[in-house]
Amino acid sequence: MTARIHPAWWLLAALLSIYPILANDFFTLQIGAYSLILGTIALSLTILAGYGGMVSLAQLTAAGLAAYVLPIFGTNSQGVLGIGWSHWLTIPMALLVGASFSALVGLIAVRTSGIYTIMITLAVAVSVFFFTRQNYELFNGFTGYAGIEAPKPFGYDLRAPLPFYYLCLIVAAGFGLATLYAARTPFGLSLQAVRDNPRRMAALGFSVAGIRVLAFFLAGFVAAAGGILLVFFNGRISPGTIGVDVAIDILVIAVVGGLRHPIGPFIGALAFVLLETFAIDLIARERFNSLIGTAFLLIVLFSPDGLLGLWNKIRPKIGPKISRPSLGLAGPQTGKTPQFDAAETQPISSREDTG
Amino acid sequence: MRPWAHPWRFALTALAALILIWLVLAVWPDWLQDLLGRKKTFVNTLLNGLTLAGLYFLVASGFTLIFGLMRNVNLAHGSLYLMGGYIGYEVAEASGSWLLGAAAALFALASIGAILQVVVFRRMQGDDLRQTLVTIGISIVAADLMLAAWGGTTYQFEPPEGLFGAVTLPIVSTIKSSGAAVFIKYPFYRLFVLFLAVAIGLGLWVFLNKTKTGMTIRAGVDDRSMLAATGVNVDLVFVLVFALGAGLAGLAGVIGGTALSIAPGEDVRYLLASLVVVIVGGMGSIAGAAIGALLIGLAEQFGLAYFPTYGVVLTFVVMIAVLAIRPQGIMGR
Repeated sequence: MTARIHPAWWLLAALLSIYPILANDFFTLQIGAYSLILGTIALSLTILAGYGGMVSLAQLTAAGLAAYVLPIFGTNSQGVLGIGWSHWLTIPMALLVGASFSALVGLIAVRTSGIYTIMITLAVAVSVFFFTRQNYELFNGFTGYAGIEAPKPFGYDLRAPLPFYYLCLIVAAGFGLATLYAARTPFGLSLQAVRDNPRRMAALGFSVAGIRVLAFFLAGFVAAAGGILLVFFNGRISPGTIGVDVAIDILVIAVVGGLRHPIGPFIGALAFVLLETFAIDLIARERFNSLIGTAFLLIVLFSPDGLLGLWNKIRPKIGPKISRPSLGLAGPQTGKTPQFDAAETQPISSREDTG
Repeated sequence: MRPWAHPWRFALTALAALILIWLVLAVWPDWLQDLLGRKKTFVNTLLNGLTLAGLYFLVASGFTLIFGLMRNVNLAHGSLYLMGGYIGYEVAEASGSWLLGAAAALFALASIGAILQVVVFRRMQGDDLRQTLVTIGISIVAADLMLAAWGGTTYQFEPPEGLFGAVTLPIVSTIKSSGAAVFIKYPFYRLFVLFLAVAIGLGLWVFLNKTKTGMTIRAGVDDRSMLAATGVNVDLVFVLVFALGAGLAGLAGVIGGTALSIAPGEDVRYLLASLVVVIVGGMGSIAGAAIGALLIGLAEQFGLAYFPTYGVVLTFVVMIAVLAIRPQGIMGR
């Protein structure tokens, strides 16, 4: 459906563009930019899980490895490696490393399906985490790297609050829109078809594994972009950045936001960052995990489509009733998007809500 | 298993077993010592690996049983292990009896497992991904609440009286220049863990293969709907298996807490260990869990002893290698 763009989207775009003017530096960076970065990494998971039906917990690892490329081949203050190449070289390299790693994970994972993918990607994520922690020659072990600077084209510091926010916004919005576009390309459609019925697609002559690995590659590219922004944001990278708990956080963000639309991970990231930042005022800092875990649990239990699904449930009750035009042939597919694969898995969104 | 079905495979296995027995029993000649280091290290690593494998088997057998029957990946399994450890510790401290602590952990976790099955999993039967996500949520909250209740300190159990101390094994490590043989000593408790794991494994095998309930469970693993159609109360079987799996994890918490220790973070460690074990062994198979546990336990200990830097990574290398050759796991179908 190439329908007109809903006015709400224009409003959102305008709001995001003028946001730094309304907000102070803290809100611009720590809330705005950080949410966009986490959202971009989670978007990578949304692409795989939402459109491809493959839940990968190794997307943060792809982002982290991309982030490691910058201090290793660029500059860092640690005195280890740091070849000193320019950002023009290291950033494309980082993107490629992240995407290739993700494709590699895809190669391992595509032979399995459904629930196995989660476990295998989890195991890969953990092994890379341990490897970076033990390896001092390349990854500088437990300490990792610090003093990683964002590019300063023509002496203009991209890491200053305002430009950095816009950088993140451009990257995030770019990938979000690209995802929406790619979903309607022949590749995007075949990926969704593979999600819904891999056997039929294989019978039709499509290479199921090839489509999946390509999806992993593209998702890895998105994750790598998020990872690069993250390392500019923090100025440091260490194994802790790509630990299991953080990988789970990314999963929480993607699921809480909703896997059915690329805006989902950003909503999830915003909710997560707000909770993380302001939970101190509600409960003790140490109990943050209980709070976020409970929120996650409630969302998964009562609204499997995340906050987006919640919104879709509430909207008909509060808003004006809009009768949707019949979508003709494209009906069933466009009406309900992401569902998880595996022949015996009941799709999440068509499940009866027992809550 | 008929040895003549695969003569080469059988011959190779037999040869490997003989070499291993020789390595354990013989007094090592000098060239071997140069190659592999001291025999004491080797035998101790082997025993440590076997003990760890026993522990992993206890945790993973419940995990794989639950998956096999209900297609439910319970990612809160590690939390059940840790909670079993804590509950067992409290009871053992209060009563002064290790056995009582172990029994308390077994039954407390079995009831928690049954409650989880009825309250959470029954509501979303057949929806694997959602169950997985819910269990992740549960494990996050459980880990945090346990941290709140028991703090970040490491707890260690006193092993029961009779199992304390080391035993001398009838294995010669070296011959001293005086001609006296030096025997290898090993903590008795760890051997006990190994025996217990083997005993529980055999018990599970007998239960699953020789009793009517076990037959029902195996039928459920093969075809749930057909089992329900024959009039069996499948829901009850689910609760039973879930309780059994959770109880085993709780018991493993006490046993592992005594052999090693319990601390926050152990839940993730044992969850990952069981994940890798069942991926390697094949989901849903008890025998697979045993084989996977052996491989992973030995890989971990030998990795730590012989390649200390990357020892941790070795287990995952084993896993990826198995996946590349047999995606469904060694005993998977």
